[in-house]
Amino acid sequence: RAAGLWFRWPGSGGAAMDLFGDLRRMNKRQLYYQVLNFAMIVSSALMIWKGLIVVTGSESPIVVVLSGSMEPAFHRGDLLFLTNFHDDPIRAGEIVVFKVEGRDIPIVHRVIKVHEKGNGNIKFLTKGDNNEVDDRGLYKEGQNWLEKKDVVGRARGFLPYVGMVTIIMNDYPKFKYALLAVMGAYVLLKRES
Amino acid sequence: LRKNVEDFTGPRERSDLGFVTFDITADILNRKNGLQTFWDIFDWNVKQLFLYLSAEYSTKNNALNQVVLWDKIMLRGDNPRLFLKDMKSKYFFFDDGNGLKGNRNITLTLSWNVVPNAGILPLVTGSGHVSVPFPDTYETTKSY
Repeated sequence: RAAGLWFRWPGSGGAAMDLFGDLRRMNKRQLYYQVLNFAMIVSSALMIWKGLIVVTGSESPIVVVLSGSMEPAFHRGDLLFLTNFHDDPIRAGEIVVFKVEGRDIPIVHRVIKVHEKGNGNIKFLTKGDNNEVDDRGLYKEGQNWLEKKDVVGRARGFLPYVGMVTIIMNDYPKFKYALLAVMGAYVLLKRES
Repeated sequence: LRKNVEDFTGPRERSDLGFVTFDITADILNRKNGLQTFWDIFDWNVKQLFLYLSAEYSTKNNALNQVVLWDKIMLRGDNPRLFLKDMKSKYFFFDDGNGLKGNRNITLTLSWNVVPNAGILPLVTGSGHVSVPFPDTYETTKSY
């Protein structure tokens, strides 16, 4: 509750009138309070994300599928939940998200070959379910195998369609700014009652 | 689950290449509370099954090797019973080295990835596996 600092001009009518009326009436203290509220929400969101990174062991515990190379299991826009526990062995059949050295874009494909040495050194090959050939063409020049260090995580769960929002925001930056503006306006202007 | 296999290795410059033909007779079941039902595996939240036959073995070079020989996507509504004969491996069975020649213990297992409409993605290994020995010599005359 904004204790005692808000009051209504008697007789002002209409929601729009109220909104602009509020803006005019908002004194500095109230504004700082709202900004702090907003900062708290952002910090909490960041903390939750960092917490997820710690708990799952993956640098990016939630990823969006960008291509159709794993259809019909996953489509563009699906959301994947990853874990990357150090002791989890990489085995054939698992769906892994990996990054090719030097490239930023993570790829979601399935492990089809594994060769593991006694000392724990693993090298493996991947292939998209919907692709005809394995991923050697995607790897770095001269690279024939992936290693544990290339793995971002293993897909453990998934939600369809939800990731589409991120793809739209990427492809249409105006949409992203509009969304941020609306969210910012809402948080700054909403009144606690 | 039964598999009958016939196999041989061919000489390649650097690594052994294995050739395997197999039959698969399988019922993909889901065990719930001790009762087996055929159609249970495709419940309301299962979109598809990604089946794959993998060969697992040990060599001098590597303590553990796993190679997927064949895979199949089984969509909701498909018959969960497999009756395949004389299948050839879909993917080249290359070893990382020369560990197939004379290797007596290659284990073939059928596993599947359950892809739900939404939720967890479990990997299930079928019960029943077949052990396949590779012969001690390379075959140069057999065609595949």
